[in-house]
Amino acid sequence: MAKTLYDKLWDDHVIHDYGDGTALIYIDRQLLHEVTSPQAFEGLKLAGRKPWRLNTNLAVPDHNVPTVNREVIEDPISKLQLETLDANCKETGITKFDMFDERQGIVHVIGPEQGASLPGMTIVCGDSHTSTNGALGAMAFGIGTSEVEHVLATQCLVQKKAKNMLIKVNGRVGKGITAKDIVLAIIGEIGTAGGTGYTIEFGGDAISALSMEGRMTVCNMAIEAGARVGLIAVDQTTIDYVEGRPYSPKCEEWDLAIELWRDLKSDKDAHFDKVIELDAANIEPQVTWGTSPEMVTSISGVVPDPEHEKSDVKREGIENALKYMALKPATAISDIKIDKVFIGSCTNSRIEDLREAANVVKGKKVSSDIKLAMIVPGSGLVKHQAEEEGLDKIFLESGFEWREPGCSMCLGMNPDQLEPGERCASTSNRNFEGRQGQGGRTHLVSPGMAAAAAVAGHFVDVRKL
Amino acid sequence: MEKFKTFTGIVAPLDRSNVDTDAIIPKQFLKSIKRSGFGPNLFDDWRYLDSANPLNEKQTRKVNPDFVLNQSPYDKAEVLLARENFGCGSSREHAVWAITDFGLKVVLAPSFGDIFYSNSFKNGFLPVRLKAEEIDSLFNSVESRKGFKVTVNLEEQYIETEDKEKFSFNIDAGLKERMLEGLDDIGLTLNHAAEIREYEQRRKKITPWLFKEVSA
Repeated sequence: MAKTLYDKLWDDHVIHDYGDGTALIYIDRQLLHEVTSPQAFEGLKLAGRKPWRLNTNLAVPDHNVPTVNREVIEDPISKLQLETLDANCKETGITKFDMFDERQGIVHVIGPEQGASLPGMTIVCGDSHTSTNGALGAMAFGIGTSEVEHVLATQCLVQKKAKNMLIKVNGRVGKGITAKDIVLAIIGEIGTAGGTGYTIEFGGDAISALSMEGRMTVCNMAIEAGARVGLIAVDQTTIDYVEGRPYSPKCEEWDLAIELWRDLKSDKDAHFDKVIELDAANIEPQVTWGTSPEMVTSISGVVPDPEHEKSDVKREGIENALKYMALKPATAISDIKIDKVFIGSCTNSRIEDLREAANVVKGKKVSSDIKLAMIVPGSGLVKHQAEEEGLDKIFLESGFEWREPGCSMCLGMNPDQLEPGERCASTSNRNFEGRQGQGGRTHLVSPGMAAAAAVAGHFVDVRKL
Repeated sequence: MEKFKTFTGIVAPLDRSNVDTDAIIPKQFLKSIKRSGFGPNLFDDWRYLDSANPLNEKQTRKVNPDFVLNQSPYDKAEVLLARENFGCGSSREHAVWAITDFGLKVVLAPSFGDIFYSNSFKNGFLPVRLKAEEIDSLFNSVESRKGFKVTVNLEEQYIETEDKEKFSFNIDAGLKERMLEGLDDIGLTLNHAAEIREYEQRRKKITPWLFKEVSA
């Protein structure tokens, strides 16, 4: 029978079928960070259990780490959480990249970067953006802390198989349109619950044409469309990316691996429960205006009027969002002035994202209306490469701050936060109320659009700069 | 985990769709390394008019009187009534810990975020999917009668209102059994230890690179 890529990955990992739509599935890799793991380690210890397969776990601190002066962590609660990860990894023997290791970075950036995330794997982490790794043709999904403990103890999880959805982005995007615009346009189309209960496979020419970095941006936000798993078929781009990474297979194993990986795509006649098609040529630079990623429009658009919404629940949602965001209906997106710019996060902190932003700001200055514009690379290695390419100088000369890697202002668990009422052009993934700081207002955009907004002081079409 | 028993409790209406886990428990409270103590910060940004200082345990907070869970009798509610896509967003299980710590046992909504849904069952908290029109009807009842109660019966899979209106719901048989029996998920999986080892041996031959150590 013809299978989807998701069917293949699922079937390869089933250990026991419970016969009610759920199965016990094997987990090849668990990635750990400091926020969602302490209670899992504690539970394991209290039950007198040991990790089932110690050396398939990889840990890294990312959410709480400061992006400047990391020698001193002023918040004692953050410090304790970071120290707890150290202690747990030391006690169990789990490999961890510490804060001063150049390989440290955002967990979803370092997995693929190190070759710790590979095609065909099942990958989990106590973090919803684990879907990022699906860009490699891996079944990767976020789990809660109880499940983190479950995987530590058994290397397995009981999961319900999701339905299959294919989102095809046909044709080619226009100049200046990035993976971020594609995925925001998709979420605008299907809504934040559009993918709930589904695994989304992204396909079509516009997806195949993306680099691995771009594909990771798309899969990263599958969860923002409600899907735990986002997938992209393996092709030569995938294989070229994986080759030669520290934990990638070598020599004969490499030859064996790529032979298997080439089958990691949906069969021609595979059945999808839902298929959605988009025309890439219609996608413009995207900007969110509300407090949910589905509240998005293009740079040429305006803030919507709740009066035009027929559904009561949706109208109230728009009214709440506009009140929180302090925006009036019919305001042109390009008239929205901003206070801060954040380029980083597991969505957009890889080398290609930094190149895209540098390209825009080269030789230009950050507007004097902007209080802070910061670049936070996704990992120490991304930072290193950017510095070799001279991107740091471009950013510093234009007035950006050049920081150390971590999750930073995507969620502000470290000191990088918005003040109440501040408005931010952000390359992150969530514009929820208070996400970047209590009372802060987030507009999600691509790195190029964030950079352009930094220069202009308000949103502006990056293609016209 | 405690066994889930049939109970009758007050329903608190939270008339919003897409209530995300950042709203349920904001990030400043995720730094704790414990599983308990999150209740006072459930819906913190909505529940209080000032900011929390996690370093000051004796802080007196400025309560927002307009927020439903601050009003009597909803401060003693055991059932939360919400709209579409409740619990979307981040995977933080802290969201469920905050909800149960507050004293809630059940949430009724037309749909849920997938990770929140599965996290709930690990903590004896029951998310119930009802039809949108049933949720509408419950909102009408609850908003017209303060302290409106429902009975939640998981065994028979129904919600019954104090007006004797019954709404049945679906749930996976495995999840239901674990909730009713209060079973330890990890213990159940370890019953399959031999199958897991067998699988590993088989896979080692086909995909040996997946069994290489992740070394420092």
